[in-house]
Amino acid sequence: MPGGRERELRRRIGSIQSTKKITRAMELIAATRVVKAMQRANAARPYARLITSVIEDLAAGGAEVDHPLLRQAPEVRNVGFIIITGDRGLAGAYNTSVIRTAERQVMAHVSEGKGYSLCCVGRKSASYFRFRNYRIDNAVSGFSDNPSYDDARRIAETVSESFLSEAVDQVELIYTEFVSMGTQRVVVRRFLPLVDTEMMAREGSGTGREGSFEFEPSPEAVLEALLPRYTEARLYGALLDAAASEHASRQRAMKAATDNAEELITKLSRAMNQARQDAITTEIMEIVGGAEALGGGDATDADIAPASMLAGTDASVTATAGAHPA
Amino acid sequence: MAVELDVELVSPEEVTYSGSAEMVIVRTVEEGDIAFCAGHVPFLGVLAPWSVDVLRPGGERDTFAVHRGFVEVSHNKVTILSDVSEPAGEIDTGRAEAARQRAAEALATDAEDVEAAAALERAELRLRVAAA
Repeated sequence: MPGGRERELRRRIGSIQSTKKITRAMELIAATRVVKAMQRANAARPYARLITSVIEDLAAGGAEVDHPLLRQAPEVRNVGFIIITGDRGLAGAYNTSVIRTAERQVMAHVSEGKGYSLCCVGRKSASYFRFRNYRIDNAVSGFSDNPSYDDARRIAETVSESFLSEAVDQVELIYTEFVSMGTQRVVVRRFLPLVDTEMMAREGSGTGREGSFEFEPSPEAVLEALLPRYTEARLYGALLDAAASEHASRQRAMKAATDNAEELITKLSRAMNQARQDAITTEIMEIVGGAEALGGGDATDADIAPASMLAGTDASVTATAGAHPA
Repeated sequence: MAVELDVELVSPEEVTYSGSAEMVIVRTVEEGDIAFCAGHVPFLGVLAPWSVDVLRPGGERDTFAVHRGFVEVSHNKVTILSDVSEPAGEIDTGRAEAARQRAAEALATDAEDVEAAAALERAELRLRVAAA
């Protein structure tokens, strides 16, 4: 049946068109969100920079402390992982690439005979590792596209606690670093134990300021109060980077989907037009054939007329075809 | 022209305040109140939950309730790092009063309640800053 194919194609084009509308909308939403996320990441930078420079000044002031967050275990037996992914998919390879890196890291440590402890941030990583029967010690979600400092503090507190209670001897932070709109990459960073203060000073902006500081109450006490804040600020920075990366990936993925939909629509429209043309041609052939079969002389205009009405689109062609045998 | 201090109040989420001042008064955890003027030696301290007063050159005064944080002074620049701070103008006195009463009641029933004690301290600080 020639008309069936055309109708089926028309339906497919319609459904692709509505999918395209959805992906286009998602692309636009992600585009505005990525700008907002970048602004938030930039707004958060002064605090992170200042807290690092304060540590730098402390190191310059000669603060020597034996803070538990700096504890270097002689032998690392259990490794904690903080895995930051999104809550939702439709963001291209964003979630999978983080999860893949994380799984490889976990495997590497397990094959060395170490234990692991997972802290999954975002629904995607939690569901992936839960499905594969990994032991998840802590899972938080619901804020991946717009994290607040309180979220960062909650996570940092739980992770620090398990580090302080010696449940884990080392914590790795796995997230997507936002380099630019076009580039985001998955990175694995040491979260705990904090590298010693001199290392932090080197990692920081590195403007070695002269002048000896007065400390109140004492360099040690300041550092002690500062280190937990420093871990929170680092985690918060990572969450913001991950959020910006998620939006950027989603925007790219949705742009690709929209482009694909457009391409498909063009292809299918061509196929549909061809099918329609085929149907018309077949119909003409049928009419011509029918007219010729009746050609014995009793083919009148009255017999042809209903057929030309049915093939309304090509009435003139049918009319001339009908006229021909007469 | 007198030398002025650059003041910045920075929260993890953004820079909440920046301006110049003649004097900045804060309270540190153990030593008590301390005021900074231009030319102060480099200083680094842990802040007590207390107010931070910024005396602007025109004689105006900006007050903030800072619940915890750090102050760093160097090269005529005062930086206050705090994850919980609010300007006096933005404090909801009604809410703070309600919180104070709630915390006081909780303390009356259980004197050991650390959280209620902290909440009471916060509420009282808010009320005091808002009244100033």
